[in-house]
Amino acid sequence: MDKLRLKFKKTGRAVYISHLDLMRTMQRVFSRAGVDLKYSEGFNPHAKISIILPLTVGTHSECEYMDFALASDCDLAALPGRLNPYMPEGIEAIEAYEAPEKGANLRWLRVTGRMTGGRGAAFYSAFFARDEILVTKRGKKGHKKVDRVDNIAPAIGRADFTDGGDGTVYADLVIHAQDPALSPDTMMAALGEDAPAYFVFTRREAFREDMTPFR
Amino acid sequence: MEMNDRIDALLRQVQRPARYVGGEYNQVLKDKSDVEVRFAFCFPDTYEIGMSNLGMKILYGLMNDTPGVWCERVFAPWGDMAEKLREASIPLWALESGDKLSDFDIIGFSLGYEMAYPTVLDMLDLGGVPIRACDRHGLKNLVVAGGQCICNIEPMADFFDLCFLGEGEEVDLELIELYREAKRAGWTKEAFLRRAAAIEGVYVPSLYDVRYNADGTVASVTPTDGAPASVRKRIVDDFDACYYPTSPVVPSTEIVHDRISLEVFRGCIRGCRFCQAGQICRPVRNRRPETLIAQGRAALESTGYQELNLSSLSTSDYKPLSDLCDGLLDYCEPRGVSLSLPSLRADNFSMDIMQRVQRVRKSGLTFAPEAGTQRLRDVINKNVTEDDLLESCRVAFSGGWNGVKLYFMLGLPTETDEDVVGIAELAKKVLWCWKQHAANKSRGVRITVSTSEFVPKPHTPFQWEAQVTRGEYLRRVKLLADALAGARAITYNWHDAEVSLVEAALARGDRRVGAVIEEVWRRGGRLESWTDYFSLQRWLDAFEACGIDPGFYALRERPVTELLPWEHMDMGVTRRHHERERELAYAGRLSPDCRAQCTGCGAASLLREGVCHG
Repeated sequence: MDKLRLKFKKTGRAVYISHLDLMRTMQRVFSRAGVDLKYSEGFNPHAKISIILPLTVGTHSECEYMDFALASDCDLAALPGRLNPYMPEGIEAIEAYEAPEKGANLRWLRVTGRMTGGRGAAFYSAFFARDEILVTKRGKKGHKKVDRVDNIAPAIGRADFTDGGDGTVYADLVIHAQDPALSPDTMMAALGEDAPAYFVFTRREAFREDMTPFR
Repeated sequence: MEMNDRIDALLRQVQRPARYVGGEYNQVLKDKSDVEVRFAFCFPDTYEIGMSNLGMKILYGLMNDTPGVWCERVFAPWGDMAEKLREASIPLWALESGDKLSDFDIIGFSLGYEMAYPTVLDMLDLGGVPIRACDRHGLKNLVVAGGQCICNIEPMADFFDLCFLGEGEEVDLELIELYREAKRAGWTKEAFLRRAAAIEGVYVPSLYDVRYNADGTVASVTPTDGAPASVRKRIVDDFDACYYPTSPVVPSTEIVHDRISLEVFRGCIRGCRFCQAGQICRPVRNRRPETLIAQGRAALESTGYQELNLSSLSTSDYKPLSDLCDGLLDYCEPRGVSLSLPSLRADNFSMDIMQRVQRVRKSGLTFAPEAGTQRLRDVINKNVTEDDLLESCRVAFSGGWNGVKLYFMLGLPTETDEDVVGIAELAKKVLWCWKQHAANKSRGVRITVSTSEFVPKPHTPFQWEAQVTRGEYLRRVKLLADALAGARAITYNWHDAEVSLVEAALARGDRRVGAVIEEVWRRGGRLESWTDYFSLQRWLDAFEACGIDPGFYALRERPVTELLPWEHMDMGVTRRHHERERELAYAGRLSPDCRAQCTGCGAASLLREGVCHG
């Protein structure tokens, strides 16, 4: 079975698992569950899996998507139930289905967050409401290291902040996921000296370019 | 484990945070209210190294299978993390519960190599536990150790409350039961230690009084409070029935040996005179192929690993190896699981097995002739001839392999310049062998020669030998490098001897060396087996500050009449045997392996029936 998609959560202690380690971990989960992934042909066979949007280490998610292929037929509705007993703590399969669209269609993410040790909600709301928000990115051009200045404002669809008392600010964001991609960490970096001392974000929902739900 | 914002913030600033949080598949969680004894299994190296250690998996599984006992894992943080923990005054925690080290009843270290000693002190300190045994007064935070280093743990005697000599499967659980009794009855630590010393295989350093002669050598080691005059190593008599962890923790981040490791047998029949493991792990005890195949299948199924490794000190010496490989391949091949066989000898039988096992990838083969001439190989009792090696290479090259790694030691007893140059000659013969027999010459060949400096170890026939100085080692390195110059297909790697001097002084040190270890740690030394952190100068400064000459321990040939600091550790093999083997070494004479003829080393006496079955 080809072109399958698994939606899963990555929270708790699993948020520290890096993208590459997650790929290896997922292969072992399938293997433990006795579900045979399809392997590529050739000298160095590897399992056909890919994760649509790599997640920053430390960020939680309730909507991760992994594309995969299976060696034989399988009841997709029952697959999450088969996989979950074999997951490390913090990873949970939600739904498996035949992918109706390309991963590239995933364009926007709704992300919520909690920030402490910084400014108030009004400050952040005003900051991210501007038309031009510049960040400097370390990039590479050939072998040379070059700094690139980007305006991230167009990649911010929504940036609502509310005060939660005792200095905590809650964020509710909609940010562009691919081409160009924006991460909450980059938004915090854009704040410079006004960045909160601590922040943690969670991906909640994924959307297409027109803000209809991505599948 | 509970994550709070402080710890989360810290984890996001360090490299590879997944190694500090636990949560892996197959980890064991228990309800604290059901637990009487909490054991922190500490590995004095990084997660990546410690999680690769089979001993840890065995004892973790065994302890957690015991009701009322919860064993958790603790590893040494990398430098960035250690710094952050100290800055934030956050104590080192155990991966399963996230509780700090000082919350544990028993804190146990696994010691496989001497360079880990400063890390032990660092982990205790990071965990909020006093480093010296005499500063820990109650039963709680009992600090214990096991592993190969216990055969001479004198340099660490001031830091450990007790040590396990030999294999831990039985003695660890006996000790935990005694601890459980002590905790219920409210014994003092002293009363507990006196009782513990009566368990065979338990060494309580504080119960031994060590006196020194004016020349610095050990005058006497006197047991007190009824402790035995010598501590006898423990072994598992029936290795086939011995516990094997079929559900080990599966790391969520890459580690060094990321695979299932099956332990085929313990001990070694060979008797190489330089090899501490080969001498102290005797006698040989095998697992049956059926047992191993069942264990391998169960472990692969419960972990999802795609690689299986057969481990032992010399896997080609396992008689039913062929049947074992066939049985494992029946299971592995259809599932795409690869089988790897390290520590093979350079003989025909091994090559036959290699060809059957590694059907796809033919990257490199590794052989360890250890010495360059037959004379010196006879001195060290390495029963491999040049013909064996070249025949193996011929089979390998004609079978499609295009790389060979050759491992040697420099500074072996009686080594001459001729022996050093002999390494180059042997490597060139291997190259010539490739030219004659290569299946496909267009791919080229890669022959790698590696040398390390010989470190004389306790409980071996070479325990009395002087280590050569670093200058002399480097002279021999240059001699070999010059002899290899011009042979472009041969790469020469040599390990620097900086660590060797320290390793030699620690390996054969007495209790006074403990002050140096503490001083090195106070000066910032930790993770000393990593070149990222090791500093010879820091060690030399610490030795000087303590008024101790490392050369006294490392570079001095000891008379056979001298009382060695580790003689109250009884490893089974007798002192008389080592003396005899040393005489044979100087005569350039081989000793037969255990199967050809018993040499009466003494290890058979460790077995219940007193007979060893090679």
